[in-house]
Amino acid sequence: MLNSKIPAGPLEQKWTNYKGHCKLVNPANKRKLEIIVVGTGLAGASAAASLGEMGYKVKTFCFQDSPRRAHSIAAQGGINAAKNYQNDGDSVYRLFYDTIKGGDYRSREANVHRLSEVSANIIDQCVAQGVPFAREYGGLLSNRSFGGVQVQRTFYAAGQTGQQLLIGAYQALERQIALGTVEMFSRHEMLDVVVIDGKARGIIVRDLVTGKLERHFGHAVLLCSGGYGNVFYLSTNAMGSNVTAAWKAHKKGAFFGNPCYTQIHPTCIPVTGDHQSKLTLMSESLRNDGRIWVPKKQNDNRKANEIPEDERDYYLERRYPAFGNLVPRDVASRAAKERCDAGYGVGSSRQAVFLDYKEAIQRYGKIECSKHGNHNPSAEEIRHHGMEVVKEKYGNLFDMYEKITGENPYNVPMRIYPAVHYTMGGLWVDYELMTSVQGLYALGEANFSDHGANRLGASALMQGLADGYFVIPYTVGNYLADEIRTPEIPTSHPAFEEAEKAVAERISNLMNIKGSQTVESFHKRLGKIMWDKCGMARNAEGLKQAIEEIKSLREEFWKNLRIPGDINEMNPELDKANRVADFLELGELMCKDALLREESCGGHFREEYQTPEGEALRNDDRFMFVAAWEFKNGNNWDLHKEELKYDEVKPTQRSYK
Amino acid sequence: MEHYTMNLKLKVWKQKNTSSKGSFETFEVKDISSEMSFLEMFDVLNEKLINEGKEPIAFDHDCREGICGMCSMYINGRPHGPWHGTTTCQLHMRAFKDGDTIVVEPWRANAFPVIKDLMVDRGAFDRIIQAGGYISVNTGNAVDGNAIPIEKEKADSSFAAAACIGCGACVAACKNSSAMLFVSAKISHLALLPQGDPERKTRALNMLAQMDTEGFGSCTNTGACEAVCPKEISISYIARANAEFTLAALTSDK
Repeated sequence: MLNSKIPAGPLEQKWTNYKGHCKLVNPANKRKLEIIVVGTGLAGASAAASLGEMGYKVKTFCFQDSPRRAHSIAAQGGINAAKNYQNDGDSVYRLFYDTIKGGDYRSREANVHRLSEVSANIIDQCVAQGVPFAREYGGLLSNRSFGGVQVQRTFYAAGQTGQQLLIGAYQALERQIALGTVEMFSRHEMLDVVVIDGKARGIIVRDLVTGKLERHFGHAVLLCSGGYGNVFYLSTNAMGSNVTAAWKAHKKGAFFGNPCYTQIHPTCIPVTGDHQSKLTLMSESLRNDGRIWVPKKQNDNRKANEIPEDERDYYLERRYPAFGNLVPRDVASRAAKERCDAGYGVGSSRQAVFLDYKEAIQRYGKIECSKHGNHNPSAEEIRHHGMEVVKEKYGNLFDMYEKITGENPYNVPMRIYPAVHYTMGGLWVDYELMTSVQGLYALGEANFSDHGANRLGASALMQGLADGYFVIPYTVGNYLADEIRTPEIPTSHPAFEEAEKAVAERISNLMNIKGSQTVESFHKRLGKIMWDKCGMARNAEGLKQAIEEIKSLREEFWKNLRIPGDINEMNPELDKANRVADFLELGELMCKDALLREESCGGHFREEYQTPEGEALRNDDRFMFVAAWEFKNGNNWDLHKEELKYDEVKPTQRSYK
Repeated sequence: MEHYTMNLKLKVWKQKNTSSKGSFETFEVKDISSEMSFLEMFDVLNEKLINEGKEPIAFDHDCREGICGMCSMYINGRPHGPWHGTTTCQLHMRAFKDGDTIVVEPWRANAFPVIKDLMVDRGAFDRIIQAGGYISVNTGNAVDGNAIPIEKEKADSSFAAAACIGCGACVAACKNSSAMLFVSAKISHLALLPQGDPERKTRALNMLAQMDTEGFGSCTNTGACEAVCPKEISISYIARANAEFTLAALTSDK
């Protein structure tokens, strides 16, 4: 039943062959074909702009007040590309290999190879758009390293890479809006997909300002709506990030792939109290130069600067000498949890470790002093110059840390702890990024396809832009070439009417509960269940409990929710309720998926399955597959398995020692 | 960092929708932790209002890490509040003390109509970008990224302008409601790069014309915009944009 449509032929020829043989749509026909794009992050904005440039009629939707606000904007560290500008041994193959290994052998070889191939084009495209990447004094592009790799292939713009890439895509999108090829609907949220004769033909959206429901037709629908990390309530996602668009598609027949694969990012600012509304990431790039440590003594109450060097445990460098502080995210997160659970955590909550820049400031300071011809610098001069270099590389991150915590990270080490960051799972898609519903596509974080069980740093930006700029323009044409005879379907069609009616009913059901608990309180409770039982470490018993707890929480939600205000007006509480209602269903599926997967791989760590050293222990014989869940009804799903075949890379026990 | 709790009085602008008339309402919040962000304090207030059967206060926010540009509160007479170089979401309650009264308003400018309470419509900014805030390059047309070396200083200066988050604080702070800092940041971001060179004249002319069309005021160089910009965009970009505009106006063939 699952056909991933991977082209035949040798791995490195598959994409070239596909492009050489896929169907094309002639320019006159493109003007008649309408494409709906939901979401304006890197995937959505790049797709909408590119498709508009090609001549399709595009309609784009986002729930924010402007397409430029999508959460891709918050990505800090960088974007990978196999340019080998550093002459350090990088290549398309090596980026492919690192990504497959980093994903703990749970992603598709063909997709990942294509991603590596187009990675270099992305950098070129972004530079042409005016993205101001960091440069060396010679005027050429600068690179840095990221976790899980041993080459320098990450392009960056200080700690604001996502912002700069998104503004590039946003400007390309605005240009198309000005030219009239793209029509933009901001402050609109998608609340259902319309499927006619098995094909996605449109969406139902709510205008968040007036509360009115609208119907929009499209020959194809692209979901670029991001990940679902907010199911945990506390995450590094934006407050509005949600699963609703993807979940509606799921309920209309799109399979959900590997929902349990969640990335817990190792370097975030720790939780301070119950009031906390979100968690803030400190870029992984900080692990380039910062050293992570905890005291060697349990429950050490001394301040960081009072703990002498020989009483510090640089546990990542100790456990993983080959990669040190640059191990992949899943490994770094678990190692932090292990130390804190064992009583070595720091700060008032003891749920934190130190990220220390003292040595980096010294190292850079000495280099700078030499550059200035000062070969006998004082400690103060070294520190001064070192701080300048660190400020240039990471200044905005250090400032952010200081604003949030009130501590100056140039003087004292930062306190960090893992937090939910990214979801590798998502809508199941084939090689063409089409879901199991014809004409319905998922791009970027919204799909499941490229990162396996763990995403490497600086790969999300790469995948979002690869999908939008370089994959979908080809694959959607291959589908639309057969749709040129399909005239625009009027939105008075019964399928549209029915879908809108269902949406309206659900909204009025939500409003009419008139209970006593706020949306926020339900969301917090769901988040706690998910974090405690389906978070960084999972076990069968906890997951079974979580499923029951989520079911009863969901019942309570539908009996006791209170939403103030009216339907036909701006009503942020209603918007939130719509989203949390979907999280309450997704949470259950995530736990089911985590329960099914009796192995540990990447971000999915089942306590029952680990090596004696506490590393993730895969079970390739039983679980080398993508779990694609088909929604049946209520709490019932059917499982479809897509076997993963490794022709090029031989899966081994992942080692970063 | 020592933390403490505080009780506060809030005077907040309430307005049902664009066409209705708004007014200030006073609210009280108790036991606010100094470790909370300003918006988390609003979360506490809104939860309280809902539990009392009242309507919460509508405000824009999303990333809550100072980069999306969505949050937009005018706090005690200053966009984004008392801290320098900070968005509302990154402002923390240790900026206030027990017993304080805090006045919170939406951005006020004709070009930013109020949608509800503290939310405004900043669509004008998107339309200014549509007028020319881009480089016309279709996907697939690019040469190798290193084919065009760019002086580090220019690249850095371009980046500093491109750091604008489009929040609109500059407009809210300006007595003329001018969008000049926003517009000049975009003109400068692109004019400083060789890729942006072919369109620099039309870009400057068209973006500034659109700024006028949207109803933003003129710049009289008071510098209020720079003082409140959460990304500390320099007012020197306005000088650069004026130079770009003058050059374009004098030499353009159109």
